[in-house]
Amino acid sequence: MDIFRDKNFNFIKNRKIAYTISAVIILVGLISIIFHGFNFGIDFSGGTLLQLKFDKSVSTAEIRKVFGEFNLSQSTIQKLSENEFVIRTENIDTERRKEILSVLKEKLANPKVLRMETVGPIIGEDLKRLSLYALIFAFIGIILYVTLRFEFKFSVVSILALFHDCLIVLGIFSLLKKEITIQVVAAILTIIGYSVNDTIIILDRLRENIKFKTRETFENLINLSINQTLTRTIFTTLTTIFPILTLYFFGGIILSDFALALLLGMIAGTYSSIFISSPLLIDWNKIFKVHQKGLKINEKKKVKK
Amino acid sequence: MNWTKTLRVASVFIVIFVALLLSLPLNEKINLGLDLKGGSQIILECVDTPNAPVDDDAVNRALEIIRNRIDQLGVLEPVIQRQGLRRILVQLPGVEDPETATEIIGKTALLEFKNEDGETQLTGAHLINAKASFDQFSRSIVLIEFDKIGAKEFGEATKNNVGKILSITLDGKEITHPRVDEPILNGNAEITGSFTVDSAKQLALLLRSGSLPVKVEILENRSVEPTLGRDSIAKGIKAGIAGLILTFIFMIIYYKGFGLVADFALVVCMILIIGALAGLKATLTLPGIAGIILTIGMAVDANILIFERIKEELRLEKTFRASIDAGFSKAFNSIFDANVTTLVAAFALLCFGSGPIKGFAVTLSIGILASMFTAIVVTKIILELITNKFSSKALL
Repeated sequence: MDIFRDKNFNFIKNRKIAYTISAVIILVGLISIIFHGFNFGIDFSGGTLLQLKFDKSVSTAEIRKVFGEFNLSQSTIQKLSENEFVIRTENIDTERRKEILSVLKEKLANPKVLRMETVGPIIGEDLKRLSLYALIFAFIGIILYVTLRFEFKFSVVSILALFHDCLIVLGIFSLLKKEITIQVVAAILTIIGYSVNDTIIILDRLRENIKFKTRETFENLINLSINQTLTRTIFTTLTTIFPILTLYFFGGIILSDFALALLLGMIAGTYSSIFISSPLLIDWNKIFKVHQKGLKINEKKKVKK
Repeated sequence: MNWTKTLRVASVFIVIFVALLLSLPLNEKINLGLDLKGGSQIILECVDTPNAPVDDDAVNRALEIIRNRIDQLGVLEPVIQRQGLRRILVQLPGVEDPETATEIIGKTALLEFKNEDGETQLTGAHLINAKASFDQFSRSIVLIEFDKIGAKEFGEATKNNVGKILSITLDGKEITHPRVDEPILNGNAEITGSFTVDSAKQLALLLRSGSLPVKVEILENRSVEPTLGRDSIAKGIKAGIAGLILTFIFMIIYYKGFGLVADFALVVCMILIIGALAGLKATLTLPGIAGIILTIGMAVDANILIFERIKEELRLEKTFRASIDAGFSKAFNSIFDANVTTLVAAFALLCFGSGPIKGFAVTLSIGILASMFTAIVVTKIILELITNKFSSKALL
């Protein structure tokens, strides 16, 4: 069984279409990020989260009314089941929390606190800074590694693809007003590490093809490399998406946004490996007027292999 | 089978055996994070006030007092650690009433006796004991006992205020304002107020453990109810098993006998991850479970790369055995590169992540390393053992 065997899609010829699709998605996302920003979870913005389970069913409106009495009508209330809710509010201290819970008990039903998280603004700022450091660290680490293993321009297109993948995930999260939590940042870091893999596999093949098929044009070699690795590019992503999907559906609310970010990132990553990063090498050569036969493999690197 | 082969097979079995030995029984060997077993994590910061600026000594004393309070709460295996200059991390596994615990930990608990002009006559610094009790009307009260110096100060204060009000405040809030009928010289006093049994006990505990030398603020508080933690574990296992089944089926449909071998390697990979977690005494958190589940998908990636490569080699009309060798060696570079980049990202998380997220970085890193071993070494050994008995058509 070979789905993609002997297929020869012309990715290079049609690359402008892919560029346009990506540009549009990224642009829409960026506009949303600029004008709406992100819906930062309490990890980053500070605030209080309560996951409550009542001993009988209550409505979101009833809960909102009680929170309104405490000037917390702006809270977001997420219904998990008839009697289970997640409520996010501004930062409220222990005393006020106790009051709210006693009013809830008095007016609605007895709430059991399944989860309570309260994060002050200082911790949120710390976390934003650390997340940024982690992202920069990961980016630099991967640029260095890809540069060491391949040529500089290979690493440039890989990094462009990474930016592409991250921007798509962040843009969609901004558009959907999904919460950016610490788990989502972890997902984005994972995407950075993982989505470059598909690109590496294609570039590895390209390097090999350049070595052995010296008569072909660079354009054909890139196309050939993408086509030859198409099955594995798609299947490796597919097998990784299976557990992400089960995590999304069965993993509970704490992990569902994490799984969603991973899912979007995996799809964007595979798409960019096939349609964006490798075809970009052609444009690189055009822009910097590199002769198509001018691509050489560094002798030292060959020895290391 | 020749000697080297036997040796390699044996070493794989030994690795699996050691991993199983380390990790069984699971509920004893795996260290669960607070988000899975339930409990509270609180980060406190000592803050400056005009009367009590923060210094190194004050933070250490505050930490000791907090430890004392937590011991009196009867929490098993608490973690109380200083973090940096001003922060104190408190972890209370399995605490039953996190809200009350937080209240008790964060209270300064400065007891003051003030005269009618609001001047402080004495503080609770010289208390030696405090306990909850009942008065003759069975109302809850707190009995306090001063040491020698305290008794003398208290005697003075009561003597100077006979016939007047001597109010008792905790952290500036008035608890009660009794009238002093006569000087109390024996160093024993009772605080009446509108106490419940619990609040009297709580106050007594705070007074016994002493007041914090500096004000502390709660920067972060995360509490999870044990039932929710158990629920999270159950959901994680369900997602993991469903992910495994999907991956198993896919690999068998697409790669037949080879897929079955990859599935076996995947099971070995899971055993190794859990064994490594137990062996390293790492803490398994909910994001950590997500990391293991993610590894399920990533682990077979290497096998897909290898199998696709073998298929290519077979198309070049190489022998089955030669194709397998070429497949493994040619796919190795890609597998290695791909895993290193994921490790770089996991390492970034390990360095800069906090709490539960570190758990994700740990399981992801272990998962990547374990999957490299199983996908490359274990798969190859099995394939070498069975290629002689089956044709390439039957297997791939």
